[in-house]
Amino acid sequence: MQDKLVIRGIEFSSRLWVGTGKYKDFEETAKAIEASGADVVTVAVRRVNLTDRSKPTLFDFIDPKKFKILPNTAGCYTIEDALRYARLGREACATDLIKLEVIGDEKTLFPDVCALLKATEVLAKEGFIVLPYTSDDPITAKRLAEAGAAAVMPLGAPIGSGLGLRNPYNIKIILETVDLPIVVDAGVGTASDAAIAMELGCDAVLINTAIAGAKDPFAMAEAMKHAVIAGRYAYKAGRIAKKLYATASSPLEGMLL
Amino acid sequence: MQIKLNGEDFVIEGGATVAQLLHALDIQPQRVALEVNMYIVKRADYQTYEIKEGDTIEVVNLVGGG
Repeated sequence: MQDKLVIRGIEFSSRLWVGTGKYKDFEETAKAIEASGADVVTVAVRRVNLTDRSKPTLFDFIDPKKFKILPNTAGCYTIEDALRYARLGREACATDLIKLEVIGDEKTLFPDVCALLKATEVLAKEGFIVLPYTSDDPITAKRLAEAGAAAVMPLGAPIGSGLGLRNPYNIKIILETVDLPIVVDAGVGTASDAAIAMELGCDAVLINTAIAGAKDPFAMAEAMKHAVIAGRYAYKAGRIAKKLYATASSPLEGMLL
Repeated sequence: MQIKLNGEDFVIEGGATVAQLLHALDIQPQRVALEVNMYIVKRADYQTYEIKEGDTIEVVNLVGGG
């Protein structure tokens, strides 16, 4: 099935995007990403370790030529910080892609959508391909599209919670009302959550904790890969309508009296 | 000369460009970004950008994240 996701002319070979945080070590990170089949990997922007230069870095294990590197603005609570990190990320990664996060609260890590809207507007004007991490509110999603986002990334549930899609109906409304790729970012706990997002019609799913935190991250990475493909196929195939009562699958004709 | 580097006091002997500082720190310029006094210095300018006494410099790279 030729069914590639394209955002602003960039073609993506997988609809599963993965984070690179929370793994035991870089070796495990690289192996899990490999198993996931993802071609987008998210990264964070942080100070260079100046005290120990012999320590390996992420890119000693991940070949940046093989993946689309998506820097994030994780940990930013103000517009100014998010803009600063986005610009640093662009310089470090040589990409216009940015996963824009402006966090509103430490406990929930829910986005500050007012700040997010303003930051999206500024960065879009600077030529960034802005992929904002947002709440599952359809109106905010619409406003982000108007502000120049290249895709909208609503959360399924709080980051790292593994609660799955807590409001699939809102995601459905976002899909119907926002004419941009929709990527569920955050909240996926296991393969069925990813499949549900894709069955709804989402364009991709971004997963970190559910893979990195699984007992066997490699097996979970592979499970997610299949779930995303299965969910996408099911969406394209068109599911049957739900009914309350049974309809026999076998004919009544030819039954013994 | 005294500068602030990633939040810490740091001394450079004599003058230095950004490229020389990174070299002294054993940092490959690929996949880092660098700010001097909140202003991002483009990689193409590393060779020519002169660091001054009292500058606040941040050098960042990419780490695992979600």
